[in-house]
Amino acid sequence: MGDCQESNQKRWAHLRKVLERPGPFSHPEFEPSSEILDFIMTSCKILVIGAGGLGCELLKDLALMGFKQIHVIDMDTIDLSNLNRQFLFRHKDIGSSKAETAAAFINKRIAGCQVTPHFCKIQDYDEAFYKQFHIIVCGLDSIVARRWINGMLVSLLNYEDGILDQQSVIPLVDGGTEGFKGNARVILPGMSACVECTLDLYPPQVNYPLCTIANTPRLPEHCIEYVKVILWPKENPFNTELDGDDTQHISWVYEKSMERALQFNIPGVTYRLVQGVVKHIIPAVASTNAAIAGVCATEVFKIATSCCVPLNNYMVFNDVDGIYTYTYEAEKRRTSTQLLEIKDPDTMKLKQLLELLSESASYQMKSPGLTTIIDGKNKTLYMSTIKSIEERTRDNLNKTLVELGLKDGQDILVADVTSPSTLVIKLKYQTNDVEMT
Amino acid sequence: MEKPRRGQVTRKKASAAQLRITKDINELNLPKTCTTEFPDPDDLLTFKLVICPDEGFYRTGRFVFSFKVGPNYPHEPPKVKCETQVYHPNIDQQGNVCLNILREDWKPVLTINSIVYGLQYLFLEPNPEDPLNKEAAEVLTNNRRLFEQNVQKAIRGGYVGGTYFERCLK
Ligand SMILES: [Zn+2]
Repeated sequence: MGDCQESNQKRWAHLRKVLERPGPFSHPEFEPSSEILDFIMTSCKILVIGAGGLGCELLKDLALMGFKQIHVIDMDTIDLSNLNRQFLFRHKDIGSSKAETAAAFINKRIAGCQVTPHFCKIQDYDEAFYKQFHIIVCGLDSIVARRWINGMLVSLLNYEDGILDQQSVIPLVDGGTEGFKGNARVILPGMSACVECTLDLYPPQVNYPLCTIANTPRLPEHCIEYVKVILWPKENPFNTELDGDDTQHISWVYEKSMERALQFNIPGVTYRLVQGVVKHIIPAVASTNAAIAGVCATEVFKIATSCCVPLNNYMVFNDVDGIYTYTYEAEKRRTSTQLLEIKDPDTMKLKQLLELLSESASYQMKSPGLTTIIDGKNKTLYMSTIKSIEERTRDNLNKTLVELGLKDGQDILVADVTSPSTLVIKLKYQTNDVEMT
Repeated sequence: MEKPRRGQVTRKKASAAQLRITKDINELNLPKTCTTEFPDPDDLLTFKLVICPDEGFYRTGRFVFSFKVGPNYPHEPPKVKCETQVYHPNIDQQGNVCLNILREDWKPVLTINSIVYGLQYLFLEPNPEDPLNKEAAEVLTNNRRLFEQNVQKAIRGGYVGGTYFERCLK
C-alpha cells in the first residue's frame, strides 16, 4: 500500500472518527475532512524540545497519533538513572545522545515515522530553524531554556501596521513536572500569556537561609549547600565555578559535605543527594510525566487539526492525594513591540528621540532610559536617572541616530515609570529612495 | 542529523533578563545614603552599590557591594557580595550577606531597589538572631557598647578579636 493511502489504514481509524465527522465538542469552525489526517501525516512539522522524561512520552504519543515530521532537540546524554522512566533508552545506550537514541527508537518502532534528532542546545539554532515548525512542544526541566524558546517565538512575530500577522505565530505547548505535580499550557505568542507573563508561577529554587547553612545546619541539604555556597568560593578547589556535571567537582563537594555532616551529627548525606542538591534535581515521577505529556500531545493534536478548542490556557495537575486538576486562563501582560517612524535618521539626534518619547501623546514618558543591542553587544544609549551612567552617555544626546549606529528596524529598549515593563520600540526609517543598505 | 546553522547572523534579540534589568536600573530610587557605580555603562548586569549609612552603628563607614545579575533574572535573584570587610552579625569575612530576599524569600516581583533597601536596613538594624558572624552577634546581644566600639574599631581599620579589618571610613 502506497504512502498516500496510509491514512486509510485501519490503525488510524480512531483518528478518522474524530477528524472526519463533527461532534458535540468540536471547534465551532471545524470542518471535518479526510485531508486533515493527510496534513498531520505528510506536512505538519512538530518540534519536541527535550528528550528526557517528558520528551520520551511526547515522542511516543505524537508518533502514535500520526505525526510523522517530528524533530527532537536535546543536548544531554543518557545516564543510568534515566532508565526507569525514559523508556526509549536501554542500558546499552548509556552515554549516547538522548535525541539521537530516542529518534532511532521511534523510527524503528513506528513505521513511517521520521523523527529527526538534534544533539545540541536550543541556543545553537537561530530563527531560520525555528520558523520551519507548525507547533513546538516543550518537555524541559530548565526555566532558562523555556524563557529562551519563548523569547525566540515572540521575536518571530510579525506586525503589519500594528496588526499581528497570524502566519508568524508558532504555538508553543509547554509541559513541566516536579515530582507529583505538573502543568501543561498552551501559549499563542503575542496572543495569550507567555512564559514571561507568568514568571511568578514557576516555583522558585529552594534556597535555605544563609545563616542556617552557616551556623545551625539540621538537614543533610544544609551541609551540602554550605559547601556549595560558602566553602567552594572560599577554597576554589579547581579554580573554576562549580559544575554539577563534573564528577570531580561533585566528589569534592560530597567529601566536604560528609565532613560537615559528621561535625554536626547529621545523617543522610549521599553522593546522589549531593548531585541532586547541586543540580537542583527534583525526583521525577513516571506517571506524572505520562499524564502531562498526554495532555500536551492532545493539545498539539487539537491545534494542528482545529478539531477541538485548545486548552485556555494553563492547567495544573497534582496527584499527591488522588488526582487534582484545574485549568484557568493565565493573563497576558502587555509587552509589545511598537513601531516608531523616523523621518530623517541622518539628522535626528538622540535628544530629539527622547523629546518625542516625552512629548508625543502616545508615549508621555517621564524619564525614559534607552538601551539597545549593536553587533550583538548591549549598549546603553542614555539613562538620566543613574548619575554614573548619565555622565558617560550624555555625549550620545547630540549624536544622530545614524552616528550612534542605529539601523532601520533596530529595536530600542525603553524603560520608563509610565509603563509596567520595558517597551521594545522598533525604529522604522522612512526611505528616501536611494542609498539604503 | 542536521548541523546547527550557526554563523547566519540574525539580529540578536534582547533577553528577558535584559528587558527587566533595564527597567529596574532606570527606576532605581536610591535612598540618599546609597550610590551606584557602573564600571561599564553598557553592562547593566554588573555594578556596585555604595552605602554610607547616616545613622546607627555604622554611620561613619562606607560599604561597597557587588551585584551580578544572571541570565535567569528575575526568576533567580542577583548575586550580591559585600566587598568591604565589615564587622557585622549578618555579613561574613568572605562577603556573604545573610538577607532573606537574596535567597529563600526572593520573588520575581522584587527588584534591585528592594535589595538596596534590604541592605540599607541591615546597617540600621543588624540582626543578631540569624547570625553569619556568630561572635559579632553574641557581642551585640550581650554588650551593645562593646559592639559599637568594635564596629568603630573595624571601620577605622585594625584588629577586632583575631580578625583584621581594613579601614573603610567615609
Ligand atoms: Zn508574555
